Amino acid sequence: MNITKGRYGLFGGQYVPETLMNALIELEKAYEYYCKDKDFQSELTNYLKEYAGRPSLLYYADRLTRKLGGAKIYLKREDLNHTGSHKINNVLGQVLLAKKMGKKRVIAETGAGQHGVATATAATLFGLGCEIFMGREDTERQALNVFRMNLLGASVRAVDSGTATLKDAVNEAMREWTARVNDTFYVLGSVMGPHPYPMMVRDFQTVIGYEVKEQMLKEIGQLPDYLIACVGGGSNAIGLFHPFLDDQKVKMIGVEAAGLGLDTSRHAATITKGSIGVFHGMKSFFLQDSEGQILPVHSISAGLDYPGIGPEHAFLHDIGRVEYSSSTDNEALAAFQLLAQTEGIIPAIESAHAVAHAVKIAPDMDRDKIIVINLSGRGDKDVQEVARYLEVKSDE
Amino acid sequence: MNNGNRIDEMFAKRLASGEKALITFVTAGDPDLETTRQLVLKMEESGADLVELGVPYSDPIAEGPVIQEANIRALKNDVRLDKLFKLVSDLRKDTHIPLVFLLYVNCILQYGKAEFFDSCLQHGLDGVIVPDLPFEESDEIYEEAHRKGIKLIRLVAPSSAARIEMIAAQAEGFLYCVSSLGVTGMRSNFNTNFSDFFGQINKVKRAPCALGFGISTPEQVKELKKYCDGIIVGSAIVKKIATAPTNREAIASVSEFICDLRTALDER
Repeated sequence: MNITKGRYGLFGGQYVPETLMNALIELEKAYEYYCKDKDFQSELTNYLKEYAGRPSLLYYADRLTRKLGGAKIYLKREDLNHTGSHKINNVLGQVLLAKKMGKKRVIAETGAGQHGVATATAATLFGLGCEIFMGREDTERQALNVFRMNLLGASVRAVDSGTATLKDAVNEAMREWTARVNDTFYVLGSVMGPHPYPMMVRDFQTVIGYEVKEQMLKEIGQLPDYLIACVGGGSNAIGLFHPFLDDQKVKMIGVEAAGLGLDTSRHAATITKGSIGVFHGMKSFFLQDSEGQILPVHSISAGLDYPGIGPEHAFLHDIGRVEYSSSTDNEALAAFQLLAQTEGIIPAIESAHAVAHAVKIAPDMDRDKIIVINLSGRGDKDVQEVARYLEVKSDE
Repeated sequence: MNNGNRIDEMFAKRLASGEKALITFVTAGDPDLETTRQLVLKMEESGADLVELGVPYSDPIAEGPVIQEANIRALKNDVRLDKLFKLVSDLRKDTHIPLVFLLYVNCILQYGKAEFFDSCLQHGLDGVIVPDLPFEESDEIYEEAHRKGIKLIRLVAPSSAARIEMIAAQAEGFLYCVSSLGVTGMRSNFNTNFSDFFGQINKVKRAPCALGFGISTPEQVKELKKYCDGIIVGSAIVKKIATAPTNREAIASVSEFICDLRTALDER
């Protein structure tokens, strides 16, 4: 793996306009310096602990386990982090780095709004200006998160271009970065985009996997058999998976959004149905047509509603280390309700895709097998949308 | 066929007579391919020396709103690369003006690199500008392009700083000098120190350099031409096409505009 060019096999790279190249090089150098800097690391660890509430719990879901009647299910409770998802892990790292680099202002894209809220939070914490780019459609489905970001002092720019969803928010954030590359730090929300983002975001998210490893060994003295996480860009998944990549017995499953079904055109299952291309600065798998035009995608979950996937996931798929599967909107909705009803935990609709996959495979597994699901976020933001969906379904 | 050399010949001719080149951009297929064909011919007649044909893309991250909207209009017309190559062939019946595609790298990769540059050669295209393919990634297509004699037009920006040397040393056809930070689109002023920028470029340049991004008036052309060998105008033309009530008026208004730019460029 050629790390200097940010390659994961043939995936990754830096496919961006020339105007951004020096900014990426500057970021790469700064990150390389600070990731080895003890003071930076201890400062970050301190914020993760004292501000974000880490380590997050590893919870044995006894009632869900008994209900499914197979493998033991553990939930990594990233939903309990400050701001309600795993996004804060990455954002605290990047915004602290922005501050060290002397940047005055951060920008970010957001889909569901979790990354936007987390970025707005960290910007406030470190005293930096903040502007969030969000597809117009998402500002409507997640109006409450727009209010949250405003409350936190960030301005939210609704993006009308293209399909007015997450990919267009990324386009617009990249355009804005091109215009203000000198004073602005782009806080990318997932393990995607040009190098060094996929590497840097992964590093900030691996706190999830390292904690799981330690918690498993401490509590039950063994590693899990399966790790399951939902995948949009793929940051919560890589954060969980990466520390286990060398543990060959640990199987890993990334769960994409199958939307209305893989046999329809209304899904976001990039690895399952996509092909190799270049978009948003990286070579990876994308949902695209034969001319390379990026296709519209659909998922009930705004956070998984993205036509690409991080390059390291493409690589892990390519070498067969991680299995990629998918859950439909309906399966995620059922899992959303199931977890609420069995465990009293309302998961983010993104995370419900991972729960849905466990629901499929756990019953056929031996009872001594262990599954860890990354519960990447909490579902408060989704209850209104889910209520609407369930209403529509009961009308049908 | 003399492919690829049309760019070199054009610059050589202009520069030998102490003149500068005028490079114009239109989004191909906006409002339709036949109008694009007529626009290219009319632009040449009005004083353009090289035409960039923008290949419509779903996610043109280097473009400002004007060209983004043109992309959306063109995509609605189902403009595909095969049709654009046919457009180039059709144009070649009437003109020898250098023609380049401006397109995103994914379009080339999905078409197939070898097939793409074969088609360029076969239909009479002279070069490509790929805004999301920086120097470090240009090996992705350089060899295939070079083998067919298609010029890969490289870009430098004011933020390129020390990178200018590396990029300018590899320039072929012309070096696309981005006027300022940000995406394409009309600007009322530029915050770039052009003396420094071109001072750096001229020390190492291997090909003529053309300045683009944001240039939209004859006054700006007059002010900026002293720094470079050519001026690139895009969004301002696309805007005229978008706002004209009919295709005929679009062609007339673009023609008049190009004449004004030419005059500004040729004024001594």
